[in-house]
Amino acid sequence: MQADRPIAPSSLSVKDLPWQIAWNRDLCTLCGRCTAVCPVHAIEPGVFRKRSLTQAAGLLEKPREEVSVFYGIRQKTDPAYACVGCAMCNMVCPNGAITPVKSDEAQKLVYHLNQGGQPRRRGGRRNAPPGILDRIKFIRISMLTDPALDAGRHEFEMRTLLGRVLPPEDTLTHVRDNGWMPPVREIYPLMIGSMSFGALSPTMWEGLVMGVSYLNEELGMPVRMCTGEGGCPPRLLRSRFLKYIILQIASGYFGWDEIIHALPEMREDPCAIEIKYGQGAKPGDGGLLMWHKVNRLIAAIRGVPQGVSLPSPPTHQTKYSIEESVAKMIQSMYMAWGFRVPVYPKISGTSTALAVLNNLTRNPFAGGLAIDGEDGGTGAAYNVSMDHMGHPIATNIRDAYLTLARLGKQNELPLIAGGGIGKTGNLAANAASLIMLGASAVQIGKYAMQAGAGCLGSEGDRCNICNIGRCPKGITSQDPRLYRRLDPEKVAERIVDIFVSFDQELKKIVAPLGRSTSLPIGMADALGIDDYHASERLNIRYVV
Amino acid sequence: MCRLFAVTSEEPLSPMRAIHALDVMREGHDGSGVGLFLSGLAGPFEDMKDAPILSGIFTEEGLKRLDRFMMEVGFVTKYKVSIRTPKITPKGMPRRNRYLIRAYEYPDSWDGVSREERDARLMSIRLQLRRMGQENNHEDMIVYSFWPDVIMIKEIGDPLTVAGHLELDRPELLSRVILAQGRQNTNYAINLYACHPFFIQGVSTMTNGENTAFVPIREFLSSRGFPGYTGYQSDSEVFTHILHYTMRLGLPLEAYKHVITPLKDEDIPKHPDAGLLTALKRSCRFLVIDGPNMVIGCLPDKTMFMVQDRKKLRPGVVGGRPGMFAFSSEICGLDAAIPDRDKSKDFQPMHLDTAIVGPGRQEVRICRQTDPLPRLH
Repeated sequence: MQADRPIAPSSLSVKDLPWQIAWNRDLCTLCGRCTAVCPVHAIEPGVFRKRSLTQAAGLLEKPREEVSVFYGIRQKTDPAYACVGCAMCNMVCPNGAITPVKSDEAQKLVYHLNQGGQPRRRGGRRNAPPGILDRIKFIRISMLTDPALDAGRHEFEMRTLLGRVLPPEDTLTHVRDNGWMPPVREIYPLMIGSMSFGALSPTMWEGLVMGVSYLNEELGMPVRMCTGEGGCPPRLLRSRFLKYIILQIASGYFGWDEIIHALPEMREDPCAIEIKYGQGAKPGDGGLLMWHKVNRLIAAIRGVPQGVSLPSPPTHQTKYSIEESVAKMIQSMYMAWGFRVPVYPKISGTSTALAVLNNLTRNPFAGGLAIDGEDGGTGAAYNVSMDHMGHPIATNIRDAYLTLARLGKQNELPLIAGGGIGKTGNLAANAASLIMLGASAVQIGKYAMQAGAGCLGSEGDRCNICNIGRCPKGITSQDPRLYRRLDPEKVAERIVDIFVSFDQELKKIVAPLGRSTSLPIGMADALGIDDYHASERLNIRYVV
Repeated sequence: MCRLFAVTSEEPLSPMRAIHALDVMREGHDGSGVGLFLSGLAGPFEDMKDAPILSGIFTEEGLKRLDRFMMEVGFVTKYKVSIRTPKITPKGMPRRNRYLIRAYEYPDSWDGVSREERDARLMSIRLQLRRMGQENNHEDMIVYSFWPDVIMIKEIGDPLTVAGHLELDRPELLSRVILAQGRQNTNYAINLYACHPFFIQGVSTMTNGENTAFVPIREFLSSRGFPGYTGYQSDSEVFTHILHYTMRLGLPLEAYKHVITPLKDEDIPKHPDAGLLTALKRSCRFLVIDGPNMVIGCLPDKTMFMVQDRKKLRPGVVGGRPGMFAFSSEICGLDAAIPDRDKSKDFQPMHLDTAIVGPGRQEVRICRQTDPLPRLH
């Protein structure tokens, strides 16, 4: 900075930024790959002025000054171009000459990310350390009176149900009278949660669908994925693979014109319909697809103009109240598919979840309740929503399950847990904990991106630029130059890897507990935690 | 692991027949307790088939409370077996005041009540007595059953010692159906309500092995709105209640195994009753046991059966001759009870089998889970 330039309030030094570029002049070949790949243009080729002084021995010669220039990499300090720490520069550098380093100082950037009065928006999830799930352990190991089972040799049936299950008395009456029973799907307890076509790139979406189809058709694992609010590619709607897909309808109704028009041509029913009322990452706020990502294809599928931001309203505007909305939308969706497809609502984790649940127990058509906890991810949301709004999933699910158990409806209304499952990589352990706390199934989103496509985002506020479509891995971008980086076949392979290894780990958890023929839903006696208050709250054992 | 023995016979037998069978299987139990369920009673109870019999253990104070209570309800004692025990209690057995087996006459006010209502009232009285006995930690009343043609005895100690002490070889206890368990205790302090066999409204079962799915099953049963689904001092009590619930649903015994260990998803479509089984598996998902368990039980009509869990990790054998069949944890128990049988016809049920001996006691019928179910009524 020149001495005659004023210092603006938002003038920052590199030291003030959360990520600092460490560049090694000796190793750099000035190939330019790092500056080309940087998704936020945080670095640029720089011309550096170098002055050196030469002083010969003795006093005869005067000191000599020499000025030269050299070229290198310069980090910008404008808040709009602050490094996000994605480290793509490091990934592409042939010599390993550059890498972002997390600042050892409290960052100052956070005070300036609201230029023009626009609060920070980003993708990713709550920038917070892992929650309670990682502290839960499985303590009820079958030892003396019964041998633990063999995860490798015994037969296992780790399936779950999605849809309204009638109580045994009503079931038998309906069987005898040949009456109508609500549709129920037998599915794998780990689901891919709602990530829209639009939030994700075409290659990522294709990879997910291919992976899910392979798991179903070649490996016999009934894995299901939810579309999120962005419609569904027309060819998929008309294909036999639709049965592996849960179509989501949310308050913006994006993509539903296309879906309704495809109804007569559908060869298969979708697995289910998810009505989204809330999302864990941005509870009480609507969906958001920022204009950067609304290209021609996305606009066509969603039935909107190109290049405009697509915020969904926080609630379904056509309805007076959520109770009425749930009842009416569930009915409408059932009718659309001739009462053959289960319909269930998804809400964000909240202290009012039980009110919604109680309402659903009295609605004979509600096919389940998905609750998305505060650690859920998103493609775009206000940072304040992500970091400070919402409810942890563990107590929400536990309270919901115990409420159902008191009503005797624990088997009738499946609970689906989401939000931060596998946040630290412990996917199977987190999922099994939630199942034993009472969930019938669990949903993952961010984990599928991280493990399935190499998403770089982290809760250390790394990358997290899904919202502007500049995803350096091509996972959440609609720019062909970026999403071409992602090979859908490879994503599909990784999705298969995730589920097959998850299945192994799940067996390694349930077999020592003596469980194999049914999913241990609500088997809370198997759980322990080293926090007394958490154990009291979750009604599990306190162990130290 | 406990040892189980059950016998059904045309000729009334002494409970000692079962006690001796348990004794030869003593390697498999630690002598920490014995439980007996007797039905098809002969002797003095033969002539009072409809009179409800109260079985339990009482202190003198408990007995007084019982008499006051029963008098208030209107029950009159019809017949009783007094088991007076010698003054010196054998090692390993607690000292008790009174083992009670008492048949009652129904109150006059019960005349004309339906069978269902009568059954509900009998159960309710048993539960109330049990609650009274547990009030203020009195433990002055322990009640096992209150039902016509059923006697239950449970006590801590080695089966043979207990039987000798209580002189079970007495003519009043002759019966045609006996369920007996030799206990392998897993708790240091033994709660008699945790001892097998378990009983509810004429249905009794006893089980080998741990029930790993106990907690979700207990929660499911407790939330059925049926007052008898309570207790659960033992994880095995749920097997009795699931059987009772299966009966309440109007399902035949053959369906019990489909409730506790349903067929795999890929096998159900091959079954002739695929529609029913799919619906049953889904709606009774919380009643799936996860073994390893072997269950022996008896229905109100004296049908006796044995089922294995899906993994078949527990021993169990059934054999005998027309007129007399026994179900046993081990073949040596069977040999001790019915030596003169065709051993080549002994049968060890596997993971799909329910072995059933009907009230006629003519044969062992094997119902495989892949067989069609009897038609529902």
